[in-house]
Amino acid sequence: MLTNESIQQKLTEKFGDQVTGFTESFGMMSFEAPKDLNLKVLQFLYDDEELQFRFLSDLQAVHYPDQIGRELAVVYHLHNLVSNVRLRFKVFTNIQTPDVFSATALFSSANWMERETYDFFGVNFVGHPNLKRILNVDEMDYFPMRKEFPLEDQTRIDKDDEMFGRGGTF
Amino acid sequence: MARPVQYNIYGQTDVKLVKEGPEGYAGEGFFTTSLDKVVGLARKNSIWPLPFATSCCGIEFMATMASHYDLSRFGSERVGFSPRQCDLMMVMGTIAKKMAPVVRQVYLQMAEPRRVMAVGACASSGGIFDTYSVLQGIDQVIPVDVYVPGCPPRPEAIIDGFMRVQELVHNESLRRRTSDKYKDLMNAYGIQ
Repeated sequence: MLTNESIQQKLTEKFGDQVTGFTESFGMMSFEAPKDLNLKVLQFLYDDEELQFRFLSDLQAVHYPDQIGRELAVVYHLHNLVSNVRLRFKVFTNIQTPDVFSATALFSSANWMERETYDFFGVNFVGHPNLKRILNVDEMDYFPMRKEFPLEDQTRIDKDDEMFGRGGTF
Repeated sequence: MARPVQYNIYGQTDVKLVKEGPEGYAGEGFFTTSLDKVVGLARKNSIWPLPFATSCCGIEFMATMASHYDLSRFGSERVGFSPRQCDLMMVMGTIAKKMAPVVRQVYLQMAEPRRVMAVGACASSGGIFDTYSVLQGIDQVIPVDVYVPGCPPRPEAIIDGFMRVQELVHNESLRRRTSDKYKDLMNAYGIQ
C-alpha cells in the first residue's frame, strides 16, 4: 500500500536531507529537491518497484519574485497509474541562470510542456531537443507570465485608464 | 380563411418588394443613369461574405445566416470560403497575435473591391482580452470599413452592420479605389 508517508520514507532513505519541504494538501504530497538532482529524483520515482511514478501529468513553473535566489519553481506533477497516487515535485532556480535539466529523455510528454514553460517563464531546459516558443508569437521578446510584466497589452495607446477603474481621478 | 396573396405588381399594390431605382431618366422601356450607380446597385445586392469566425461572434453569424434571420435576403446567399471570390471579410471573434498574420494574408488574397467588417468587441478593439496574447483590434493589421459593437452582437446588429456595408458599397465612387487617399490608406498598413 503506497501512502504519502511511505513515499516520503523511501525518498528520505535514498536522498537523505537533500529532499525537503514535505507538505500535504488535499491528500496530495508535495516536496522539493535541489535543481541538480531533478532527473535523479524523477528517475528514482520512475524505476522503483513500489513507487512507479511513470506518468508525467503536468509540468509548469511558478514565479515567486520575493524569494531572492529561488525565484522560479519548476513543478512536476507525477502520477502512479497502478496505485492511483499523485505527487508534486518542485525544484527551485534563480532567475539569472534559470537552467534546469530537461526531463524529455525520461518522459516524452515533457517535450511540449517544457517548451510551454520556457515560452511563459523562460526556464532554460538543458538538453531539450527543440527548446523554442510553442504558444506565443516567435517575435515575442519577453516571458509574459513572469510577474514583472503587466497582464494588460502594452501596445495600446487609445485606452483611457479612468474608464477601466485603473488610476485616474476615481 | 385563405391567406391573402399579394403579388409585386408595381403600382397596383401597397407592398413594394422592389425599392425605387436610382436617379435617372426613364421612358417607355428604357432607363438611363450613371454607370457608378448601376455598378453600386449590382455590387450592393450581391456581396459575398467571407466568414472569418474564431469564436462566439461566429456562432451569432451562423444564426444570422440561418433561416430565421436569413442574411441571404440581402443578396448574400453565397458564403464563400475562398477569399479570392469574396467581397466582404467578416472577422468575428478574438484574434490572437499569432492569428494576425493569417487575417492579413486572407485580406491580401481578396480581390478589389474588398471590404472588412469587424464583428464584436474583440475584433473591433480586443474586447475584454486586454492581454499580451490578443490583438487589440484588427484595425491594427488591416483597414476596417464597419465595426459592429456587442459581445457578442445579436444577429440584428450583424444585419445592421451588413446593411451599412451595403450602403457604403452603393455610394462608393468608381474612382475611390484608385485615388491617392485610398493608396495612402493601404500604404499606412504596409499593403502593396
